[in-house]
Amino acid sequence: MANRAFSVSRLPGFTVTALAVFAILYLPILTLVAYSFNASQSVAVWGGLTLDWYGKAWANDHVKDATLRSLTIAVSASLISTTVATLAALGTTRRKPFKGQTFIYVMINQPLMVPEIVTAVALLIFFASIKIATGYQGLGYLILAHSAFCVPFAYLPIRARLEGMDFSLETAAADLYASPWQTFRHVTLPLLGPGIIAGSMLAFVISLDDVVITEFVKSGGQDTLPTYMLGQMRRQLTPEINAVSSMLLALTVALLTAFFLLTRKKTN
Amino acid sequence: MPNDAIEARNISKIFGQGEAAVRALDNVSVSISQGEFFTLLGPSGCGKTTLLRMIAGFESPTSGQILLDGADVTELPPNKRPVNTVFQSYALFPHLTVAQNVAFGLQMLGKPRAEVAETTDRMLALVKLDQMAGRKTSQLSGGQQQRVALARALAPAPRVLLLDEPLSALDLKLRKEMQIELKRLQHETGITFIFVTHDQEEALTMSDRIAVMSAGKIQQIGAPRDIYTRPVNRFVAGFIGETNFLAAEAANGRVTLKGGGPTDATVESGRSGAVTVAIRPEQVRIGAPGEGSLPATLRDLVYFGTDTHCYLTLADGSEVVVRLQSPASGDVGLEPGAEVGLSFAPGAAQVLGD
Ligand SMILES: Nc1ncnc2c1ncn2[C@@H]1O[C@H](COP(=O)(O)OP(=O)(O)OP(=O)(O)O)[C@@H](O)[C@H]1O
Ligand SMILES: [Mg+2]
Repeated sequence: MANRAFSVSRLPGFTVTALAVFAILYLPILTLVAYSFNASQSVAVWGGLTLDWYGKAWANDHVKDATLRSLTIAVSASLISTTVATLAALGTTRRKPFKGQTFIYVMINQPLMVPEIVTAVALLIFFASIKIATGYQGLGYLILAHSAFCVPFAYLPIRARLEGMDFSLETAAADLYASPWQTFRHVTLPLLGPGIIAGSMLAFVISLDDVVITEFVKSGGQDTLPTYMLGQMRRQLTPEINAVSSMLLALTVALLTAFFLLTRKKTN
Repeated sequence: MPNDAIEARNISKIFGQGEAAVRALDNVSVSISQGEFFTLLGPSGCGKTTLLRMIAGFESPTSGQILLDGADVTELPPNKRPVNTVFQSYALFPHLTVAQNVAFGLQMLGKPRAEVAETTDRMLALVKLDQMAGRKTSQLSGGQQQRVALARALAPAPRVLLLDEPLSALDLKLRKEMQIELKRLQHETGITFIFVTHDQEEALTMSDRIAVMSAGKIQQIGAPRDIYTRPVNRFVAGFIGETNFLAAEAANGRVTLKGGGPTDATVESGRSGAVTVAIRPEQVRIGAPGEGSLPATLRDLVYFGTDTHCYLTLADGSEVVVRLQSPASGDVGLEPGAEVGLSFAPGAAQVLGD
């Protein structure tokens, strides 16, 4: 018997629209990746296959330097923001509902709503006064800035995981002589694990990608990979940029795939 | 009394405040002896879970005390009380294996590794799950999960085991099996069990004593036989088994049924006026109408195999159910419409309190 229930997929133009959307989303990226193997010097003319640009990028000290800095910031920011987000998620879910709970949720997620440029300017001004007062010029500012805007990204998957966790497990642990700390250590934390890993990876990717806030907050010589690329493209466009972008893309895709696998609901 | 494993003294619990306040427990007092199988029986919302959670330490009473082996534990957190719970939802740890679940309490108590392993093995054998020790709990059937929950709660050898409707999620056959299993476990371990159910048959067959609860109060505490044969009030009589309620008049310690006919039921000599007499359907006899019996009209007969249920009407319009054991022929020899006389087995009629 034919299924006559309503289905979006039977509307006219559905297939065409879907294909167009996917094309718009992925064609530019595919082009970018394809031209990273282009032997020609120009980014517009195809001159055959080569891995030269990857080699060049690999040998480029600026790229190495920026990559290392990006990773340092992303790892630190991910660790800090995930810790903060885990505590925030525990504090907002593992207790009786309290007055102003919604307000707290909004406050934690607010950075997602504030335009990034506003945060960037605010941080620039804020850190400038600290720089003057203390004289400190190091990476700390970037790490702090990244940690701050990564918190809501880390918070969401952790809180989702906690809300899906039956509170009766912690009750059972307490019944079986576990102190509050032991309950956290042996029950809450292991069950929360996938959520924490997912949150930290999301924070890592977000930090790795960031341009706007980094551009405003960084001191001289503190280019991260994205800001370095931006700087390069202003000068001269070579497929080396494509190669760097492709590697960044590969890393991001790998992390997001892992994120997806970790957060997907277990069937059963 | 040193014999009391657990005692609740004048426990009241009020949830919420003002308009929304709910009195879940109302001045509940009960003491339960060492090694007893004690059942809390009552309809949904009568406060059974609340009382259990209070004994476990998950809830603190608004007023009153909980005593464990004579010591006041009212303020003790759950992890400091030698009391374990079998939760209705089992609450097994999904990230641990069956054996790790069972070992959890012992590990938290800081028992030596060898003792933990030995006790865990013994508990798994006790609930017949030795083959499943390495499995994740999600790979078990409902009945097996139930057994893990039991083994996990029994492993630390608690003074009291609390079971909150542990069988309600199981199908009838498994339920019967687990009832026998629970009795066996209680017998073998000698641990005091406090068992919650709203299934009266389960309560009657399993318990040493039953507390019948309603609306946050304990209505009656007693052995299954006492509760069944001598219910103190209409609620208990009606909640446990089927009962006929007959209007009667009390005077000088004697009770006369409104519809006529005698009873051997007695009341305290101080009490007089209208009273209610309860009589179980299987304790009523049907005979020829006449002097010394309660006149009634047979309306309907339903054959139930071992029993035949007779539905009768009294002169004042009230209804009476009688259960007769079906004779070999299956025919009790009565026809609807017959005028009959009812009499009661000696000692079966019970005058209820208010
Ligand atoms: N945390 C709570 N907050 C407010 N009211 C509660 C709370 N816990 C229980 N109650 C109320 O207290 C009363 C007794 O609840 P309880 O869970 O003890 O009933 P129960 O006898 O276990 O019922 P059931 O057989 O349905 O499990 C109910 O009216 C319930 O709504
Ligand atoms: Mg309950």
